[in-house]
Amino acid sequence: MKFTLSWLKEHLETSASLDEIVDALTRVGLEVEGVADPGAKLGAFRVARVLTAERHPQADKLQVLSVDAGDGPVQVVCGAPNARAGMLGVFGAPGAYVPGSDITLKIAAIRGVESNGMMCSERELELGEGHDGIIELPADAPVGTSFPDYAGLNDPVIDVSVTPNRQDCMGVRGIARDLAAAGLGALKPFHVKHIPGEDVGPEVRTDDPEGCPAFYGQAVSGVRNGDSPDWMRRRLLAIGQKPISALVDVTNYVMIDLGRPLHVYDRAKLQGGLVARKARAGEQVVALNGKTYTLGEGMTVIADEAEVHDIGGIMGGEHSGVSSGTTDVLIECAYFDPDHIARTGQKLGLTSDARQRFERGVDPAFLDDGLAHATALVLEICGGTASEVTRAGEPPLEPRVIRYDPRLCDSLGGLHVPPERQARILLSLGFKMGAIDHTDAYSDALFATVESPWPVTVPTWRRDVDGPADLVEEVIRIEGIDKVPSTALPHPPGVAKPTATPEQKLERRLRRAAAARGLDEAVTWSFVSGAEAAAFGGGAWRIANPISEELKVMRPSLLPGLLSAAARNLRQLPGGGVRLFEIGRRYLADAERSTLGVVLAGDRSQRNWRTGKATAYDAFDAKAEALALLAQAGAPVDNLQVLPVPSTVEGGEAGDAWHPGQSGTLRLGPKTVLAAFGMLHPKTLKAFDLTGPIAAVELYLDAIPAKRTQGFARPAYAPPALQPVRRDFAFLVPAELAADALVRAIKGADKANIVSARVFDLFEKDGEKSVAVEVVLQPGEKSFTDADLKAVSDRVVAAAAKLGASLRG
Amino acid sequence: MTDIETLHDRLLADTADADTLDKLEAVRVGALGKQGSITALLKTLGGMTPEQRQSEGPRIHGLREAITAAITGRKARLEQDALDARLASEKLDLTLPVDLPAPGTVHPVSQVMDELAEIFADLGFAVATGPEIEDDWHNFSALNIPDTHPARAMQDTFYLAGEHEPPMVLRTHTSPVQIRTMLAQKPPIRVIAPGRVYRSDWDATHTPMFHQVEGLVIDKGITLGHLKWTLETFLRAFFERDDIVLRLRPSYFPFTEPSAEVDVGYTMRNGRRVLGGSEGWMELLGSGMVHPRVIEACGLDPNEWQGFAFGVGVDRLAMLKYGMDDLRPFFESDVRWLKHYGFSALDVPTLSGGVGA
Repeated sequence: MKFTLSWLKEHLETSASLDEIVDALTRVGLEVEGVADPGAKLGAFRVARVLTAERHPQADKLQVLSVDAGDGPVQVVCGAPNARAGMLGVFGAPGAYVPGSDITLKIAAIRGVESNGMMCSERELELGEGHDGIIELPADAPVGTSFPDYAGLNDPVIDVSVTPNRQDCMGVRGIARDLAAAGLGALKPFHVKHIPGEDVGPEVRTDDPEGCPAFYGQAVSGVRNGDSPDWMRRRLLAIGQKPISALVDVTNYVMIDLGRPLHVYDRAKLQGGLVARKARAGEQVVALNGKTYTLGEGMTVIADEAEVHDIGGIMGGEHSGVSSGTTDVLIECAYFDPDHIARTGQKLGLTSDARQRFERGVDPAFLDDGLAHATALVLEICGGTASEVTRAGEPPLEPRVIRYDPRLCDSLGGLHVPPERQARILLSLGFKMGAIDHTDAYSDALFATVESPWPVTVPTWRRDVDGPADLVEEVIRIEGIDKVPSTALPHPPGVAKPTATPEQKLERRLRRAAAARGLDEAVTWSFVSGAEAAAFGGGAWRIANPISEELKVMRPSLLPGLLSAAARNLRQLPGGGVRLFEIGRRYLADAERSTLGVVLAGDRSQRNWRTGKATAYDAFDAKAEALALLAQAGAPVDNLQVLPVPSTVEGGEAGDAWHPGQSGTLRLGPKTVLAAFGMLHPKTLKAFDLTGPIAAVELYLDAIPAKRTQGFARPAYAPPALQPVRRDFAFLVPAELAADALVRAIKGADKANIVSARVFDLFEKDGEKSVAVEVVLQPGEKSFTDADLKAVSDRVVAAAAKLGASLRG
Repeated sequence: MTDIETLHDRLLADTADADTLDKLEAVRVGALGKQGSITALLKTLGGMTPEQRQSEGPRIHGLREAITAAITGRKARLEQDALDARLASEKLDLTLPVDLPAPGTVHPVSQVMDELAEIFADLGFAVATGPEIEDDWHNFSALNIPDTHPARAMQDTFYLAGEHEPPMVLRTHTSPVQIRTMLAQKPPIRVIAPGRVYRSDWDATHTPMFHQVEGLVIDKGITLGHLKWTLETFLRAFFERDDIVLRLRPSYFPFTEPSAEVDVGYTMRNGRRVLGGSEGWMELLGSGMVHPRVIEACGLDPNEWQGFAFGVGVDRLAMLKYGMDDLRPFFESDVRWLKHYGFSALDVPTLSGGVGA
């Protein structure tokens, strides 16, 4: 919401400086977004008369002017076609900065003729787009005066951000009221001229009392719709509103001045009376912005017998708008229901100054005065005779009374404000308190009669205030919210208690474990493209209004985002290694699941004087990351099984994203998948514009069993008394036998004595596979005898034999 | 010169001349072995008279001890020389480079969230979470934002496709966690809720996804003064500066009443804004007293329970503290940026060590 300082002072009697006003606006909650002073940059320009204009001796399109800017004639070369002897314009002397051209003037020879300054166009002074010629000023403009003074440009424009609750501050007068309450001056009285109508009022009615509870109309006949007066044009221009014609400018002016939107119809273009009614589905209207809108049922429109002329409270129709030839008009002053306006505006995707005001709610008690004020302005500027006012329907005027205990200011707001001061603040904002209905009516004696809690009547222009907490806010924002003293929160005795949940501790621990393992934490978008999601089985959630196709589907896996990131990094740093991880959610149909993703791409190790060539990541690197992180998460890593990634495991991951022979899942029991790991399928890599090999891991954090808490004490330390015994076994095994199956079988062969079994050698030759296993036996009370060792050894060989393995000779 | 003296001198000379361990061993065997010259002399002692033995014994034994000592000394010398020679031959060029394990990093957003959790835990706040795909009721209605409210136009909401009743949105703020917390637990409540939030906005200073932290206190007798103290205390701890000054401005959020925008004071240092002091003010966060209707929507009596809430951008806090001047690279995962602004795994924020790293 923009307004100028002089405009504000129409409503506010104040001696405050601009800075004081700006500070006060921000202090009461009207945040100042900017203050512009368009005249400040034009201080060097003056009103000047062109004394003579001669053809330039060297150029057809240039003239040599003699210009008087108050200090006698100076010679100026000018290219404007409208420059002529006798005219008045705007002159910049050497040294003046021309903002629209970004140059500082200096004395120069133009085609051999000296030029001592410049006559300026609108565009050069950033006053408009005009650049066909230089500015022409009226004949009575005083030569030599500062141009900004003459043009009234020394009126600072203040731009405030009005929060959606403040309907009243969508008009300059409302802002003045807040400032007056804040002690910056006095709100000037507002006198409305009620001009008695001479004819019968126009035919208006409302058939939609929900959407348009009140529709007031007044006709004015015999108007001349020329330009609006200079003072009005200047103010509208200053705040960025384009002056159009006197009638349109009057409605815009009243809207910005008083927050009261109006609409003016050309009666010559209407057939019969106007009615506020619900639109029929499919009905169309060409609005003032030139666009055609198809209306839906439930939208409120203003129509005559033939067609729709106005999207009620949002935008007028082009057809019945006023033009220079308009002589008879109908001025509409209506009350539209805020919710209806909001819904219609949202559905049509149409916003306007009127909508912004009706949506917040206009003052329902200001229909008569608003209409009378607008009519008086029309009569004054455009002439004509007014009819009587036709009033259809009734605006919602039930007074709202809030019971307010002033101690709430202290107990909710934390600021002590004496009750009399609170009463005065509320009164100055237009609230009434019992019998006191105005600031001037306040007296201590009368105040003493107000019952408790106070019956506070909310002004009609404050729809947002509907409870005692709102009144606390009103008091505190005027008194100064910054005065609220800091009060320490009560602190329970002792050291703060731990608050993190097991899930939070798990994430924190894994994040630092991953970083400690040399992985860089990324934060990627939660949404990916449809194709990227499809590579991982597709997403369960799609955004209806995505910002782009790339950010459309909620990720079903953390890998798409990490792969895209890896691809970007490898393009950026070819030959580098990328080790990224992320902890975040997968968005599945049933839940958002906490997940850790890892992508290992590029070089695992660079070429190196010790080891030779660069190496790439393989599936065992992925397995190592998975197990290391699971171990940090407290998962029983020794008991996990490696099983293939199924096409669709619980939760909907697609195994198809992975290399079918170089990927797996780590499971606790056959069903609980704690992690997937391995190499990605070449077609997955292609989808992300990557070339392999690329390893990845995904840990499903919510599947990891919670650590059992048994207090802090560890079990007693009891190392075995006797040394362990190591025995190596080399087996020839069927090619398809998994190493893990053999190791499990060996461990199971003598659970009492075998404490570990570990593959330490593997080779395959001529279709034969040899696996060598180191078995560690732990004696208990007594050392093993040769017979004991032979028995264990026999059991190991027998267990392996069941899997088709035989001792290598 | 006697034979013994001659032998003594010869053996000493041989010992000194032995320049390998093998040669020295030959000298030893020649003198002290079974057939050795000294061994032979020792054997003569048995055939001597007591008087001869009295005079020759000490000489012969003296010879044996002297030669044994000489050989032992010479052996040690030769072994030392051999070791020195071997070690000299093993010299490496230790200026050659070694591969260090790549240092990993923690993202600044995660680091700051850990810092927040640490500080607020000391003030008695737990960390709460909620879904990011949120229903319309938790994200808007329960927060006193009806569907026609102009406030909905303040936030550019992402809606989820498909028929959902109620409609589903990507949460536009962490405030729905307030609702979920109040519904799930009885007051008194002190929580913070950090997490991802989404708005359909993408320019130099906005990204469609970013991070917020919500704070909520519900108790008896909580006022705006407690809010101010909490924010001051938190920011002073977070920035580890005692001169952090806050300025409250009245504002509007549908879910708080009264509402306040909080500015933090800054000082210019070498052309950069440094938090602390009050040369200028920058907007930092939104806050207020929880609206009675929000408390009511959660099944609590607003006459009994009241409290405050605030919401602040985590990414913004990170930028202000650690000096990033652009939000967008936070989510681009450029390894160079991550390594530059990221944190070591061991930079665990603690109160005793200071939460900053």
